[in-house]
Amino acid sequence: MSQTPATSMAEETAARLDYVLQLADTSLVLGQRLGELLGHAPTIEEDLGMANTSLDLIGQARLLLALASEIEGQDRSEDQLAFLRTESDFRNLVLVEQPNGDFAQIIARQFLLDAYQLTLYEKLQQSSDQRLAAIATKSLKETQYHYRYSGGWLVRLGDGTEESHNRAQRAIEQLWPFTCEMFDEQDSDRLLVRLGIAPPMADIEAGWSALIDEVLREATLERPARVPYRWFGRRGVHSEHLGYLLADMQYLQRTYPDARW
Amino acid sequence: MVSEANLVHSPAEAVAWAALAEIADPEIPVLSIVDLGLVRHIKATGSDQIEVGLTPTYSGCPATAVIRGAVLTALKRAGFSDPNVIEVLVPPWSSDWLSAEGRRKLRRYGIAPPAQAVSSPRALWVSAPVVACPRCDSQATEELSRFGSTPCKALYRCKACLEPFEYFKCI
Repeated sequence: MSQTPATSMAEETAARLDYVLQLADTSLVLGQRLGELLGHAPTIEEDLGMANTSLDLIGQARLLLALASEIEGQDRSEDQLAFLRTESDFRNLVLVEQPNGDFAQIIARQFLLDAYQLTLYEKLQQSSDQRLAAIATKSLKETQYHYRYSGGWLVRLGDGTEESHNRAQRAIEQLWPFTCEMFDEQDSDRLLVRLGIAPPMADIEAGWSALIDEVLREATLERPARVPYRWFGRRGVHSEHLGYLLADMQYLQRTYPDARW
Repeated sequence: MVSEANLVHSPAEAVAWAALAEIADPEIPVLSIVDLGLVRHIKATGSDQIEVGLTPTYSGCPATAVIRGAVLTALKRAGFSDPNVIEVLVPPWSSDWLSAEGRRKLRRYGIAPPAQAVSSPRALWVSAPVVACPRCDSQATEELSRFGSTPCKALYRCKACLEPFEYFKCI
Protein backbone atom coordinates (compact mmCIF):
# COMPACT_ATOMS: atom_id res chain seq x y z
CA MET A 1 0.00 0.00 0.00
CA SER A 2 1.26 3.45 -0.81
CA GLN A 3 2.24 5.80 2.01
CA THR A 4 0.38 8.90 0.88
CA PRO A 5 -3.30 8.32 0.32
CA ALA A 6 -4.12 8.83 -3.32
CA THR A 7 -6.48 11.72 -3.83
CA SER A 8 -9.46 10.88 -5.91
CA MET A 9 -10.63 13.16 -8.65
CA ALA A 10 -13.90 13.59 -6.78
CA GLU A 11 -12.09 14.81 -3.67
CA GLU A 12 -10.09 17.29 -5.70
CA THR A 13 -13.18 18.62 -7.46
CA ALA A 14 -15.04 18.98 -4.16
CA ALA A 15 -12.11 20.85 -2.60
CA ARG A 16 -11.78 23.23 -5.57
CA LEU A 17 -15.52 23.89 -5.64
CA ASP A 18 -15.60 24.60 -1.93
CA TYR A 19 -12.64 26.95 -2.13
CA VAL A 20 -14.00 28.96 -5.04
CA LEU A 21 -17.40 29.20 -3.35
CA GLN A 22 -15.73 30.54 -0.19
CA LEU A 23 -14.12 33.34 -2.17
CA ALA A 24 -17.26 34.03 -4.20
CA ASP A 25 -19.67 34.04 -1.27
CA THR A 26 -17.48 36.30 0.85
CA SER A 27 -17.44 38.90 -1.94
CA LEU A 28 -21.12 38.45 -2.74
CA VAL A 29 -22.36 38.78 0.85
CA LEU A 30 -20.25 41.85 1.58
CA GLY A 31 -21.35 43.35 -1.75
CA GLN A 32 -24.96 42.88 -0.63
CA ARG A 33 -24.27 44.41 2.81
CA LEU A 34 -22.67 47.49 1.24
CA GLY A 35 -25.57 47.73 -1.19
CA GLU A 36 -27.87 48.26 1.81
CA LEU A 37 -26.06 51.54 2.44
CA LEU A 38 -27.09 53.10 -0.86
CA GLY A 39 -28.67 56.42 0.04
CA HIS A 40 -27.86 55.88 3.72
CA ALA A 41 -24.13 56.58 4.01
CA PRO A 42 -23.15 59.64 6.07
CA THR A 43 -22.12 61.75 3.05
CA ILE A 44 -22.51 61.45 -0.70
CA GLU A 45 -18.80 60.69 -1.13
CA GLU A 46 -19.08 57.71 1.22
CA ASP A 47 -22.28 56.66 -0.50
CA LEU A 48 -20.37 56.54 -3.79
CA GLY A 49 -17.48 54.75 -2.13
CA MET A 50 -19.72 52.02 -0.69
CA ALA A 51 -21.65 51.62 -3.95
CA ASN A 52 -18.49 51.35 -6.05
CA THR A 53 -16.92 48.85 -3.66
CA SER A 54 -20.15 46.85 -3.62
CA LEU A 55 -20.18 46.74 -7.40
CA ASP A 56 -16.57 45.53 -7.57
CA LEU A 57 -17.29 42.79 -5.03
CA ILE A 58 -20.41 41.60 -6.83
CA GLY A 59 -18.46 41.62 -10.10
CA GLN A 60 -15.73 39.49 -8.53
CA ALA A 61 -18.38 37.15 -7.13
CA ARG A 62 -19.85 36.73 -10.61
CA LEU A 63 -16.51 35.72 -12.09
CA LEU A 64 -15.93 33.28 -9.24
CA LEU A 65 -19.45 31.82 -9.31
CA ALA A 66 -19.13 31.24 -13.05
CA LEU A 67 -15.94 29.30 -12.32
CA ALA A 68 -17.68 27.39 -9.50
CA SER A 69 -20.49 26.52 -11.87
CA GLU A 70 -18.00 25.01 -14.32
CA ILE A 71 -16.17 23.06 -11.63
CA GLU A 72 -19.46 21.69 -10.31
CA GLY A 73 -20.56 20.67 -13.80
CA GLN A 74 -24.22 20.31 -12.77
CA ASP A 75 -25.65 22.92 -15.07
CA ARG A 76 -26.30 25.34 -12.19
CA SER A 77 -25.64 28.84 -13.48
CA GLU A 78 -23.90 31.62 -11.52
CA ASP A 79 -27.32 33.16 -10.87
CA GLN A 80 -28.72 29.90 -9.55
CA LEU A 81 -25.73 29.56 -7.25
CA ALA A 82 -26.25 33.09 -5.94
CA PHE A 83 -30.01 33.10 -5.62
CA LEU A 84 -31.12 29.54 -5.00
CA ARG A 85 -28.72 28.15 -2.43
CA THR A 86 -29.73 28.11 1.21
CA GLU A 87 -27.90 29.50 4.19
CA SER A 88 -25.92 26.39 5.05
CA ASP A 89 -24.70 26.11 1.44
CA PHE A 90 -23.07 29.53 1.69
CA ARG A 91 -19.34 29.46 2.44
CA ASN A 92 -18.67 33.12 3.20
CA LEU A 93 -16.72 34.34 6.22
CA VAL A 94 -19.10 35.15 9.09
CA LEU A 95 -17.35 38.55 9.32
CA VAL A 96 -18.96 39.86 6.13
CA GLU A 97 -22.55 38.95 7.06
CA GLN A 98 -22.38 41.11 10.21
CA PRO A 99 -24.87 43.99 10.10
CA ASN A 100 -23.72 47.46 9.08
CA GLY A 101 -23.85 49.17 12.48
CA ASP A 102 -22.24 52.61 12.81
CA PHE A 103 -19.69 54.01 10.34
CA ALA A 104 -16.75 52.76 12.43
CA GLN A 105 -18.14 49.21 12.29
CA ILE A 106 -18.69 49.42 8.54
CA ILE A 107 -15.13 50.65 8.00
CA ALA A 108 -13.58 48.15 10.44
CA ARG A 109 -15.36 45.21 8.77
CA GLN A 110 -14.25 46.46 5.37
CA PHE A 111 -10.65 46.96 6.45
CA LEU A 112 -10.30 43.53 8.10
CA LEU A 113 -11.61 41.94 4.92
CA ASP A 114 -9.70 44.17 2.46
CA ALA A 115 -6.39 43.33 4.15
CA TYR A 116 -7.31 39.64 3.86
CA GLN A 117 -8.33 39.82 0.20
CA LEU A 118 -5.28 41.93 -0.64
CA THR A 119 -2.94 39.29 0.80
CA LEU A 120 -4.89 36.37 -0.62
CA TYR A 121 -5.26 37.74 -4.17
CA GLU A 122 -1.58 38.71 -4.31
CA LYS A 123 -0.65 35.10 -3.67
CA LEU A 124 -3.43 33.57 -5.74
CA GLN A 125 -1.98 35.30 -8.80
CA GLN A 126 0.52 32.41 -8.83
CA SER A 127 -2.15 29.70 -8.53
CA SER A 128 -1.70 26.66 -10.76
CA ASP A 129 -5.36 27.12 -11.66
CA GLN A 130 -5.11 29.61 -14.54
CA ARG A 131 -8.69 30.81 -14.25
CA LEU A 132 -8.38 31.46 -10.54
CA ALA A 133 -5.06 33.25 -11.10
CA ALA A 134 -6.68 35.47 -13.74
CA ILE A 135 -9.62 36.38 -11.49
CA ALA A 136 -7.23 37.13 -8.60
CA THR A 137 -5.08 39.38 -10.80
CA LYS A 138 -8.12 41.30 -11.98
CA SER A 139 -9.65 41.56 -8.50
CA LEU A 140 -6.38 42.65 -6.89
CA LYS A 141 -6.41 46.00 -8.69
CA GLU A 142 -9.85 46.75 -7.28
CA THR A 143 -9.00 45.44 -3.82
CA GLN A 144 -6.00 47.80 -3.56
CA TYR A 145 -8.42 50.66 -4.06
CA HIS A 146 -10.80 49.29 -1.39
CA TYR A 147 -7.92 48.79 1.05
CA ARG A 148 -6.75 52.39 0.68
CA TYR A 149 -10.26 53.60 1.25
CA SER A 150 -11.02 51.54 4.36
CA GLY A 151 -7.49 51.77 5.77
CA GLY A 152 -7.41 55.52 5.24
CA TRP A 153 -10.72 55.91 7.04
CA LEU A 154 -9.69 53.66 9.91
CA VAL A 155 -6.64 55.85 10.52
CA ARG A 156 -8.74 59.01 10.41
CA LEU A 157 -11.28 57.55 12.84
CA GLY A 158 -8.72 56.02 15.20
CA ASP A 159 -6.48 59.07 15.20
CA GLY A 160 -9.42 61.48 15.16
CA THR A 161 -11.57 62.66 18.04
CA GLU A 162 -12.00 60.83 21.31
CA GLU A 163 -15.46 59.72 20.17
CA SER A 164 -14.29 58.40 16.80
CA HIS A 165 -11.29 56.70 18.41
CA ASN A 166 -13.47 54.93 20.96
CA ARG A 167 -15.93 53.80 18.35
CA ALA A 168 -13.19 52.53 16.05
CA GLN A 169 -11.54 50.61 18.88
CA ARG A 170 -14.88 49.11 19.90
CA ALA A 171 -15.63 48.11 16.31
CA ILE A 172 -12.28 46.33 15.92
CA GLU A 173 -12.84 44.49 19.19
CA GLN A 174 -16.38 43.44 18.28
CA LEU A 175 -15.35 42.11 14.88
CA TRP A 176 -12.05 40.55 15.92
CA PRO A 177 -13.45 37.10 16.88
CA PHE A 178 -14.74 36.73 13.32
CA THR A 179 -11.26 37.03 11.81
CA CYS A 180 -9.92 33.74 13.25
CA GLU A 181 -11.74 31.61 10.72
CA MET A 182 -9.87 33.28 7.85
CA PHE A 183 -6.90 31.07 8.74
CA ASP A 184 -8.70 27.94 9.90
CA GLU A 185 -7.02 25.33 7.74
CA GLN A 186 -9.07 22.31 6.72
CA ASP A 187 -8.06 19.09 4.95
CA SER A 188 -9.35 20.43 1.66
CA ASP A 189 -7.12 23.51 2.05
CA ARG A 190 -4.05 21.32 2.55
CA LEU A 191 -4.94 19.35 -0.55
CA LEU A 192 -5.21 22.54 -2.62
CA VAL A 193 -1.87 23.77 -1.27
CA ARG A 194 -0.26 20.49 -2.39
CA LEU A 195 -1.74 20.98 -5.85
CA GLY A 196 -0.39 24.54 -6.02
CA ILE A 197 -3.93 25.91 -6.35
CA ALA A 198 -4.15 27.75 -3.02
CA PRO A 199 -1.45 29.47 -0.97
CA PRO A 200 -0.72 28.09 2.54
CA MET A 201 -2.90 29.60 5.27
CA ALA A 202 0.16 30.49 7.34
CA ASP A 203 1.39 32.78 4.54
CA ILE A 204 -1.97 34.54 4.32
CA GLU A 205 -2.09 34.97 8.07
CA ALA A 206 1.42 36.45 8.20
CA GLY A 207 0.67 38.88 5.37
CA TRP A 208 -2.68 39.91 6.83
CA SER A 209 -1.27 40.31 10.31
CA ALA A 210 1.52 42.61 9.09
CA LEU A 211 -0.97 44.88 7.30
CA ILE A 212 -3.25 44.97 10.34
CA ASP A 213 -0.40 45.85 12.71
CA GLU A 214 0.88 48.61 10.46
CA VAL A 215 -2.48 50.31 10.04
CA LEU A 216 -3.68 49.85 13.62
CA ARG A 217 -0.44 51.44 14.84
CA GLU A 218 -0.95 54.43 12.57
CA ALA A 219 -4.57 54.63 13.72
CA THR A 220 -3.43 54.57 17.38
CA LEU A 221 -5.72 51.56 17.89
CA GLU A 222 -4.89 48.45 19.87
CA ARG A 223 -4.82 45.03 18.37
CA PRO A 224 -7.15 42.78 20.38
CA ALA A 225 -5.81 39.60 21.92
CA ARG A 226 -6.13 36.33 20.03
CA VAL A 227 -9.40 34.56 20.73
CA PRO A 228 -10.30 30.88 20.29
CA TYR A 229 -12.13 29.81 17.12
CA ARG A 230 -15.80 30.49 17.35
CA TRP A 231 -17.13 30.81 13.85
CA PHE A 232 -17.09 28.52 10.84
CA GLY A 233 -18.82 30.27 7.96
CA ARG A 234 -16.38 28.64 5.56
CA ARG A 235 -17.89 25.31 6.64
CA GLY A 236 -21.45 26.59 6.25
CA VAL A 237 -22.14 27.41 9.89
CA HIS A 238 -23.36 31.00 10.08
CA SER A 239 -24.61 33.66 12.47
CA GLU A 240 -28.31 34.52 12.55
CA HIS A 241 -27.72 37.51 10.26
CA LEU A 242 -27.07 35.60 7.04
CA GLY A 243 -30.61 34.23 6.78
CA TYR A 244 -32.13 37.71 6.79
CA LEU A 245 -29.60 38.93 4.26
CA LEU A 246 -30.36 36.05 1.90
CA ALA A 247 -34.10 36.46 2.34
CA ASP A 248 -33.69 39.99 1.04
CA MET A 249 -31.17 39.18 -1.70
CA GLN A 250 -32.98 36.07 -2.98
CA TYR A 251 -36.55 37.32 -2.68
CA LEU A 252 -37.12 38.07 -6.34
CA GLN A 253 -35.75 34.79 -7.73
CA ARG A 254 -37.57 32.77 -5.07
CA THR A 255 -40.87 34.52 -5.73
CA TYR A 256 -40.62 34.68 -9.51
CA PRO A 257 -38.38 31.75 -10.46
CA ASP A 258 -36.26 32.39 -13.57
CA ALA A 259 -37.35 36.04 -13.76
CA ARG A 260 -35.05 37.94 -16.16
CA TRP A 261 -34.41 41.56 -17.00
CA MET B 1 -0.93 49.00 -26.56
CA VAL B 2 -3.53 47.32 -28.73
CA SER B 3 -4.22 49.09 -31.97
CA GLU B 4 -5.71 48.09 -35.25
CA ALA B 5 -2.35 48.42 -36.98
CA ASN B 6 -0.64 45.52 -35.24
CA LEU B 7 -3.61 43.21 -34.98
CA VAL B 8 -5.22 43.17 -38.40
CA HIS B 9 -4.30 40.09 -40.38
CA SER B 10 -7.15 39.89 -42.87
CA PRO B 11 -9.69 42.15 -44.60
CA ALA B 12 -12.46 40.60 -42.51
CA GLU B 13 -10.65 41.63 -39.35
CA ALA B 14 -10.26 45.19 -40.66
CA VAL B 15 -14.03 45.29 -41.28
CA ALA B 16 -14.67 44.08 -37.75
CA TRP B 17 -12.27 46.63 -36.17
CA ALA B 18 -13.99 49.40 -38.13
CA ALA B 19 -17.41 48.20 -36.98
CA LEU B 20 -16.33 48.10 -33.33
CA ALA B 21 -14.69 51.54 -33.54
CA GLU B 22 -18.23 52.87 -34.06
CA ILE B 23 -19.52 51.51 -30.75
CA ALA B 24 -19.65 54.17 -28.06
CA ASP B 25 -19.04 53.31 -24.42
CA PRO B 26 -22.47 53.45 -22.70
CA GLU B 27 -21.18 55.57 -19.80
CA ILE B 28 -18.73 57.81 -21.65
CA PRO B 29 -20.31 58.07 -25.11
CA VAL B 30 -17.51 60.26 -26.44
CA LEU B 31 -15.19 57.24 -26.35
CA SER B 32 -15.45 54.12 -28.48
CA ILE B 33 -14.79 50.73 -26.96
CA VAL B 34 -11.65 50.59 -29.12
CA ASP B 35 -10.41 53.92 -27.70
CA LEU B 36 -10.89 52.46 -24.22
CA GLY B 37 -8.78 49.42 -25.02
CA LEU B 38 -11.63 47.02 -24.29
CA VAL B 39 -11.22 45.08 -27.55
CA ARG B 40 -8.27 42.77 -26.92
CA HIS B 41 -8.26 40.79 -30.16
CA ILE B 42 -10.21 40.05 -33.30
CA LYS B 43 -9.66 36.79 -35.14
CA ALA B 44 -11.34 35.78 -38.36
CA THR B 45 -12.13 32.10 -37.91
CA GLY B 46 -14.02 31.47 -41.15
CA SER B 47 -15.49 33.34 -44.11
CA ASP B 48 -18.29 34.90 -42.09
CA GLN B 49 -17.16 33.91 -38.62
CA ILE B 50 -15.23 36.05 -36.24
CA GLU B 51 -14.01 35.90 -32.64
CA VAL B 52 -13.73 39.03 -30.53
CA GLY B 53 -11.98 39.16 -27.15
CA LEU B 54 -13.39 41.79 -24.78
CA THR B 55 -12.05 42.76 -21.37
CA PRO B 56 -14.04 44.54 -18.65
CA THR B 57 -12.66 47.74 -17.08
CA TYR B 58 -13.88 46.80 -13.60
CA SER B 59 -15.23 43.33 -12.84
CA GLY B 60 -18.59 44.72 -11.71
CA CYS B 61 -18.98 47.36 -14.40
CA PRO B 62 -22.67 47.19 -15.41
CA ALA B 63 -21.76 48.40 -18.91
CA THR B 64 -20.03 45.10 -19.68
CA ALA B 65 -23.22 43.25 -20.67
CA VAL B 66 -24.47 46.20 -22.72
CA ILE B 67 -21.16 46.40 -24.59
CA ARG B 68 -21.20 42.69 -25.32
CA GLY B 69 -24.69 43.00 -26.82
CA ALA B 70 -23.65 46.01 -28.91
CA VAL B 71 -20.61 44.15 -30.23
CA LEU B 72 -22.70 41.16 -31.32
CA THR B 73 -25.21 43.44 -33.05
CA ALA B 74 -22.51 45.46 -34.83
CA LEU B 75 -20.71 42.34 -36.05
CA LYS B 76 -23.93 40.84 -37.41
CA ARG B 77 -24.71 44.09 -39.18
CA ALA B 78 -21.21 44.03 -40.68
CA GLY B 79 -21.97 40.62 -42.21
CA PHE B 80 -20.64 38.13 -39.71
CA SER B 81 -23.43 35.61 -39.26
CA ASP B 82 -21.97 33.78 -36.30
CA PRO B 83 -19.85 36.13 -34.19
CA ASN B 84 -18.29 34.80 -31.01
CA VAL B 85 -17.49 37.17 -28.14
CA ILE B 86 -15.24 35.86 -25.40
CA GLU B 87 -14.18 37.46 -22.13
CA VAL B 88 -10.46 38.07 -21.66
CA LEU B 89 -9.24 38.67 -18.09
CA VAL B 90 -5.48 38.38 -18.62
CA PRO B 91 -3.80 40.77 -18.62
CA PRO B 92 -6.29 42.82 -16.59
CA TRP B 93 -7.45 46.09 -18.13
CA SER B 94 -5.31 49.11 -17.39
CA SER B 95 -6.11 52.78 -17.86
CA ASP B 96 -2.76 52.94 -19.70
CA TRP B 97 -4.51 51.23 -22.61
CA LEU B 98 -6.58 54.29 -23.34
CA SER B 99 -5.48 55.45 -26.80
CA ALA B 100 -3.90 58.89 -27.33
CA GLU B 101 -6.99 59.83 -29.30
CA GLY B 102 -9.14 58.56 -26.42
CA ARG B 103 -7.28 60.78 -23.95
CA ARG B 104 -7.82 63.83 -26.16
CA LYS B 105 -11.52 63.02 -26.54
CA LEU B 106 -11.96 62.60 -22.78
CA ARG B 107 -10.40 65.99 -22.07
CA ARG B 108 -12.56 67.72 -24.62
CA TYR B 109 -15.58 66.04 -23.04
CA GLY B 110 -14.65 67.51 -19.63
CA ILE B 111 -13.18 64.42 -17.97
CA ALA B 112 -9.51 64.56 -16.95
CA PRO B 113 -7.63 61.61 -18.50
CA PRO B 114 -5.85 59.13 -16.19
CA ALA B 115 -2.34 59.74 -14.91
CA GLN B 116 0.16 57.03 -15.70
CA ALA B 117 1.92 54.44 -13.55
CA VAL B 118 0.61 53.10 -10.26
CA SER B 119 2.59 53.23 -7.03
CA SER B 120 3.26 50.39 -4.60
CA PRO B 121 0.14 48.23 -4.35
CA ARG B 122 0.27 48.03 -0.55
CA ALA B 123 0.91 51.70 0.20
CA LEU B 124 -1.95 53.02 2.29
CA TRP B 125 -1.33 56.69 1.60
CA VAL B 126 -0.94 57.42 -2.04
CA SER B 127 -0.71 61.08 -2.86
CA ALA B 128 -3.46 61.87 -5.31
CA PRO B 129 -1.95 62.44 -8.78
CA VAL B 130 -1.61 65.97 -10.10
CA VAL B 131 -4.60 66.31 -12.36
CA ALA B 132 -5.02 69.29 -14.66
CA CYS B 133 -8.49 70.80 -14.85
CA PRO B 134 -10.03 69.85 -18.20
CA ARG B 135 -11.70 73.28 -18.40
CA CYS B 136 -9.00 75.80 -17.53
CA ASP B 137 -5.83 73.64 -17.48
CA SER B 138 -4.91 74.75 -13.97
CA GLN B 139 -3.02 72.20 -11.93
CA ALA B 140 -4.42 73.65 -8.70
CA THR B 141 -7.00 70.91 -8.26
CA GLU B 142 -8.04 68.74 -5.33
CA GLU B 143 -9.59 65.33 -4.89
CA LEU B 144 -13.13 65.43 -3.52
CA SER B 145 -13.87 61.73 -3.57
CA ARG B 146 -11.87 58.71 -4.70
CA PHE B 147 -15.07 57.22 -6.04
CA GLY B 148 -17.32 58.79 -8.64
CA SER B 149 -20.47 58.25 -10.63
CA THR B 150 -19.05 55.14 -12.33
CA PRO B 151 -16.39 52.67 -11.14
CA CYS B 152 -13.80 54.21 -13.48
CA LYS B 153 -14.03 57.80 -12.25
CA ALA B 154 -13.12 59.93 -9.21
CA LEU B 155 -14.37 63.41 -8.28
CA TYR B 156 -12.12 66.48 -8.33
CA ARG B 157 -12.50 70.23 -7.97
CA CYS B 158 -10.50 72.97 -9.65
CA LYS B 159 -9.33 75.65 -7.22
CA ALA B 160 -8.67 78.12 -10.05
CA CYS B 161 -11.97 78.08 -11.93
CA LEU B 162 -13.88 76.50 -9.01
CA GLU B 163 -15.59 73.94 -11.22
CA PRO B 164 -15.96 70.33 -10.08
CA PHE B 165 -14.93 67.75 -12.67
CA GLU B 166 -14.47 64.03 -13.08
CA TYR B 167 -11.13 62.29 -13.31
CA PHE B 168 -10.74 58.97 -15.10
CA LYS B 169 -9.05 56.80 -12.46
CA CYS B 170 -5.70 55.23 -13.03
CA ILE B 171 -5.65 51.47 -12.48
